[in-house]
Amino acid sequence: MAGLELLSDQGYRVDGRRAGELRKIQARMGVFSQADGSAYIEQGNTKALAVVYGPHEIRGSRSRALPDRALVNCQYSSATFSTGERKRRPHGDRKSCEMGLQLRQTFEAAILTQLHPRSQIDIYVQVLQADGGTYAACVNAATLAVLDAGIPMRDFVCACSAGFVDGTALADLSHVEEAAGGPQLALALLPASGQIALLEMDARLHEDHLERVLEAAARAARDVHTLLDRVVRQHVREASVLLGD
Amino acid sequence: MKETPLSNCERRFLLRAIEERKRLDGRQTYDYRNIKISFGTDYGCCIVELGKTRVLGQVSCELVSPKLNRATEGILFFNLELSQMAAPAFEPGRQSDLLVKLNRLLERCLRNSKCIDTESLCVVAGEKVWQIRVDLHLLNHDGNIIDAASIAAIVALCHFRRPDVSVQGDEVTLVHLTPFRTFLLVDPSEREERVMDGLLVIAVNKHREICTIQSSGGIMLLNEQVLRCSKIAGVKVAEITELIQKALENDQKVRKEGGKFGFAESIAKQRITAFKMEEAPVDTSDVEEKAEEILAEAEPPPDVVSKPVLWTPGTAQIGEGVENSWGDLEDSEKEDEDEGGSDEAIIFKGVRMDVGMEVSNTGSQEAPIVLSDSEEEETIILEPDKNPKKIRTQTISAKQEKAPSKTAAKKRKKKRTAN
Repeated sequence: MAGLELLSDQGYRVDGRRAGELRKIQARMGVFSQADGSAYIEQGNTKALAVVYGPHEIRGSRSRALPDRALVNCQYSSATFSTGERKRRPHGDRKSCEMGLQLRQTFEAAILTQLHPRSQIDIYVQVLQADGGTYAACVNAATLAVLDAGIPMRDFVCACSAGFVDGTALADLSHVEEAAGGPQLALALLPASGQIALLEMDARLHEDHLERVLEAAARAARDVHTLLDRVVRQHVREASVLLGD
Repeated sequence: MKETPLSNCERRFLLRAIEERKRLDGRQTYDYRNIKISFGTDYGCCIVELGKTRVLGQVSCELVSPKLNRATEGILFFNLELSQMAAPAFEPGRQSDLLVKLNRLLERCLRNSKCIDTESLCVVAGEKVWQIRVDLHLLNHDGNIIDAASIAAIVALCHFRRPDVSVQGDEVTLVHLTPFRTFLLVDPSEREERVMDGLLVIAVNKHREICTIQSSGGIMLLNEQVLRCSKIAGVKVAEITELIQKALENDQKVRKEGGKFGFAESIAKQRITAFKMEEAPVDTSDVEEKAEEILAEAEPPPDVVSKPVLWTPGTAQIGEGVENSWGDLEDSEKEDEDEGGSDEAIIFKGVRMDVGMEVSNTGSQEAPIVLSDSEEEETIILEPDKNPKKIRTQTISAKQEKAPSKTAAKKRKKKRTAN
């Protein structure tokens, strides 16, 4: 797609957004009755589903049990129909493994694992449609699912991607912007304290611009937090109405 | 086999040392270990030693047909193997997590940096392109595999000669930083890696462009920490790039002059290579002053007065014995408190001596006498000129001056009131 302008002169991106604007986020909690916690999120055209089971007894080898903490097990799977070209291997390939490890790292930092020693918490994430920002959508969906399951966390974990084009930092990249090959940053943040749970960056970015891109990603993650917070409160309100409270 | 877990005292020692900005091998917090690069006889083969971590890199190429959606680009393949000789914990089935992580990181960083122009690898568009394969093998694991592997990959690529034209690329060097809670260490050794909270890897090339950032482990970072790390990375990379250039030039020179080259030459003969400790630079300039200071400020050791008391022919006692430091082993009974100063009790705290002897308290009849339930402690001492008295469980009278006149009871203390 040569010649495609990612940022026009008036400051509009390919899909009409401004540089720091997020895509429309819609989320729903408690989608499945079988699982302990579940959530579905749509960030623009990226759709992700997360399901949480736990805390429960450690499956498989007892030797993996940690005496003072819970084990967090994350699996990432991306549907074969999620991308433009049909994917041949939905799980088990290196990229899925790596995503799983990154999600695990993110949630081990956020979940209060000390409260559930010798048990296991499973987080399964499925991407139904990938239009850029898949890691961010997965983390956001998983946060909602963990909250739905009632597992205590330090804070929300909000994630967003960011890029850099023509001297401006862009927030929440879509697939077109990712494929253009510019620098991309994925950031998972605990909004209240500003601590970074995971930071990942690809492609060349000059050192001097790093700060600006980090700033844009952090701001976008905080915006995501406001939206997710609203979703959680709405869900709790609905649930309490049903209970006749 | 499973790797030996790190003992608690070693962990504590390492963390304390890091808090005081000291590292095991005498480095500063932002220092790298010595990097040594040696080349093999063929082009594209090299061994990089970062301290004791050793990685072998080999580049090979082959003509293949290109991928369907990238008809004009060559193919680049990276593969890192954790050989079993590197560490006893690396077994064929057990390494998956670490392996996946390292491989993905390496691949992302070297691909994203675009150090190789893949378009130049094209021979016939749509039909024949070069496929370059970089194989890295870890030979010895002493921490910071990712740095050594990336340096090996870059050096091997720079050294490699394709049948027609040599491949030159930007040097990309990773800097592997370990935030320890609030302390940052560069280039952790294997011990330090075991104790670390998390890892931050930054790949920078010589134009000070950041190619990859990856944070892993459960560490929580702040913005300014990340920015600081990226600056440190920039500085380190410049040094390492220089080193690589020099090594390549040296090798070039040796080959041109027809001298001997290759791995066999790079291993020095007549030298002890195993069980050898390198000199660690440790600052000993002010040791004498420090030692004198410590001696001056330290209190003189407490005087030990030994006055043996003879109870009966054949039974004597020196000193008062010490408290049992095992703590609450049995049900506690409220007992007479420490009569003496508690500071003396502290000196004896660590030593546990069970002198099972009890003696009557001739001095202070006003001290309440508590009888113990435990039958074991019932010992009756028949003294030739006194009435036999039962055992009293009394707390230790701590004052040493009283020792000769008042014989204190030594027993297993039930309740540690000193705490």
